[in-house]
Amino acid sequence: MNKVVALAGVVIKELYRRKDVYVLFVLTALITLVIGSAKFFNDPKIVRYLVEICLLLIWVSAIVIAVGTAARQIPAECENRTIFPLLAKPVTRGQVIVGKFLGCWLACGITLVAFYLFLAIVRGSREQYWPLLHYFQALWLQWMCLGVIVAMVLFGSLIFSAPSANATICVIVIVGILLLGRHLNVVAFRQPKPLDLIVYSIYFFIPHLEWYDVRDMLVHDQPLINWLAILGATIYAAVYTATFLLLAWLRFRRKPLNA
Amino acid sequence: MRSKTLPYLVLLLLLAIDFSLATLLEPTASDWGRRAGADLLAVLLGDARRIFASHFFIKADVYFHAGYYPSIFDLEARPKDSSHMAGDDDGHDEERCEKNMQFMGRPTDWIERFGRNFFATQHEHLSGGREREILPWLRVSASLDPHRVDTYTVAAYWLRRTLGKPNEAEAFLREGLRANPDSYEILYELGCVYYESYKDVARARNIWQLAFEKLELQKGKKDEDELAKFYHDILLRLARLEEDQGNYALAADYLEQIINRDVAPNPDVLRQQIIELRQKAASKK
Repeated sequence: MNKVVALAGVVIKELYRRKDVYVLFVLTALITLVIGSAKFFNDPKIVRYLVEICLLLIWVSAIVIAVGTAARQIPAECENRTIFPLLAKPVTRGQVIVGKFLGCWLACGITLVAFYLFLAIVRGSREQYWPLLHYFQALWLQWMCLGVIVAMVLFGSLIFSAPSANATICVIVIVGILLLGRHLNVVAFRQPKPLDLIVYSIYFFIPHLEWYDVRDMLVHDQPLINWLAILGATIYAAVYTATFLLLAWLRFRRKPLNA
Repeated sequence: MRSKTLPYLVLLLLLAIDFSLATLLEPTASDWGRRAGADLLAVLLGDARRIFASHFFIKADVYFHAGYYPSIFDLEARPKDSSHMAGDDDGHDEERCEKNMQFMGRPTDWIERFGRNFFATQHEHLSGGREREILPWLRVSASLDPHRVDTYTVAAYWLRRTLGKPNEAEAFLREGLRANPDSYEILYELGCVYYESYKDVARARNIWQLAFEKLELQKGKKDEDELAKFYHDILLRLARLEEDQGNYALAADYLEQIINRDVAPNPDVLRQQIIELRQKAASKK
């Protein structure tokens, strides 16, 4: 366990040494503040559009950070040949996978806290409203979603030849699920046989990342999500994360490192 | 000595040329900049502006329903017009809207059932001043497509009725009127601002009469049902205005016009009102 934590610590340190996170945070803050400075019909109380734009930027930034960080972890170790001394510690390949995942996931969590803190301050300063439990639910679900994404990208980094190809394909899959995941069953019903069965199978097979996107609940000030549903979604995310990590380990343990 | 001063002299000459050119070109450049600013969206987006404008108008509708809104996969459930957002004096037709918005059937599987915990599943409308949240999207929609009349009327409706901002409503409607000079819808709403918010009866009467004239010009060009609705609304407004001013005979004439044009949803009620107005007019004499 110590080895896994040590590996994760290295990943977190690497993240805050890089400039990606700061650039994305500053961009998000800048865009939000510029858009927030716009006045519509001399009404300073209008705030939901700002929350929506800020949340969109948070989601985009978080996905970019998660995919970008996870996609280069193992390929970079192999390319720089630092994987050999790492595995000679001795650290098993499974521990490398779990350590890398944990590092990326925790780093995403730290970033999310900063982003949501900014959102809460912006909204609170505008309408003196602090729905802290709503923020917590949204942050938690997004973090769970990022866990699945990080695990998926780590698995992808062991399949695809280059981090760029992996990142591109993963982003397409993630955006596709977020946009269409909820409606895939409706699409399936409208297809002729046997295409309907294939689409419906995909619907059950894919991780439903769209569940974790509760931006609308936050923007439109909907009531809190049932905590049991949050627990269910957490277990669902944990199962998919474990599945991707297991697949990654199965692939990694037989992968020649000097290729 | 000469070689040392020459570069400085050349530099001075270039600075003088820069300054002269700046004074010469500045007026042209600023004028071009102003025009470019106004047309920038048109240049960048072309006719796609209308698609984006429509998207932002729908966004306003989504906000109005607090996020509970049919997706592109439930197109038949989407509202066909903006009348549910604003327009009727007695508020919008809640019952009809409630019926239309029952697009979410029974979940077909556990994924769909569980997924419903994470998005809005209850039909509701913004109220208590929260309607202001739809305004940014309407503002953006109007900037992208100034010829979309609904944008101005819906925004003005909420600005004057709930948010207590008749000045902003008037300014926005006048902006819409400049882009759509023949719009009877905008004139109708402008008349409401003058009558209800400013209590300026004379101007409201003039504007509604102008709206009526513009409406007459649209005969045969637009959908009959839509025209009928506005015939009814404008004539009824004029009738109520004249009744309030004590011009009972004129008010009865306007109500008769509604019946003659066959645009009254409930003509018997209007007939009764005409009789009462005629009696009042006779007793006044």
